[in-house]
Amino acid sequence: MIDAELWGLFLNAALVNNFVLAYFLGICPFLGVSARLESAGRMGLAVTFVMLVASLCAYVINRLLGMIGAEYLSLISYIVVIASAVQLVEMFVRKTSPALFKALGIFLPLITTNCAILAVALFQTQREYGLLEGLVFAFGAGMGFSLALVLMAGIRERLRLVDVPDMVQGMAITLVLAGILSLAFTGFAGIGAST
Amino acid sequence: MADSSLLNERENAAARFKAGLWRENPILVQALGMCPVLAVSNTGINALTMSLATASVLLASAIVISTLRGIIPPQVRLACFVLVIATFVTLTDMLIEAFALELHRALGAFLPLIVVNCMILSRIEIMASRQPVPVAALDALGMGGGFMLGLITLGSLRELLGRGTLFGTQVMPESFEPWQVMQLPGGGFFTLAALVIGFYLLDRRWRARRTAEATT
Repeated sequence: MIDAELWGLFLNAALVNNFVLAYFLGICPFLGVSARLESAGRMGLAVTFVMLVASLCAYVINRLLGMIGAEYLSLISYIVVIASAVQLVEMFVRKTSPALFKALGIFLPLITTNCAILAVALFQTQREYGLLEGLVFAFGAGMGFSLALVLMAGIRERLRLVDVPDMVQGMAITLVLAGILSLAFTGFAGIGAST
Repeated sequence: MADSSLLNERENAAARFKAGLWRENPILVQALGMCPVLAVSNTGINALTMSLATASVLLASAIVISTLRGIIPPQVRLACFVLVIATFVTLTDMLIEAFALELHRALGAFLPLIVVNCMILSRIEIMASRQPVPVAALDALGMGGGFMLGLITLGSLRELLGRGTLFGTQVMPESFEPWQVMQLPGGGFFTLAALVIGFYLLDRRWRARRTAEATT
């Protein structure tokens, strides 16, 4: 039963309420880094990783702030703590695993203050997830983000071979594509938990 | 000498204000700061509240940071900016919760997300941390205004076509069948794409007319 619930949570975060296509979170990297398939994959990996760190941090912060009764500080603490935690992890990864560092590398500092990251912390708090639920939710959200990013990059690589009218060149065509993808993802509605 | 530099400054500030409204419109041209805002653009009133909150946070942070620009050490400037912005966002969040609980529920976790709005940080980094207070404030007003303009258009359009209402009142005739798709997230992307195309066409026409006038 618990397993089924967690699985539902994961599917819900990854597909039904996809962060990019249903909540419009993380649009900036979605539009910016989705031009090439390879960098899109790496970006997705880095985002998933930071989301997990953020979820863990948010859980600890909520516990600590709850203890001293200073919940109004939560927003400021999320940002500061998540940014520094990512910095620490980045240093650790650089020392221990150069290959992983190369893969995540430049994206890590870029995404620490991304809205999708902060949203994981905020949603988790708002919906009162426990530690395990929070981590599963963060993992699902990250996977969903990567999926959307990779799909988009694939389409955009194909798009380069097509003759796009002047008028919709650039941002407009990307937005239309995102709209179509988002409509396709509405087809997942009904899978997983309903929140 | 002092007079002319003052005049320049004033002209510069006015130009910044206008640039934010149209030529460098944060939503339609720069495509900045859309993340936390598009999500709640399904009705006009949501878009209005959200963009008003964003614009006021931008204005308040721009004034504070422009005042403090001599004091903030450059090495830790980003952290300082984020702290100031986060403070104002927390204030706005509490204000809306106190005065409009219903709206606060509808906007949910998206209000605190204003903190990471890249539009705010970019204006602070480019303008407020380098310019005197009046220029920074006018720039923030222009950018905030342009942001509101873009978002309210987007939200009203989505509400009008998706529900047949405008700010909650019925405007479409009874026979109008609401376009469900406009209320879905996909509709947000499509409407924004349509707005960007419309902006491009209008801008091109105006520019052509201006050059035609200049040559005759």
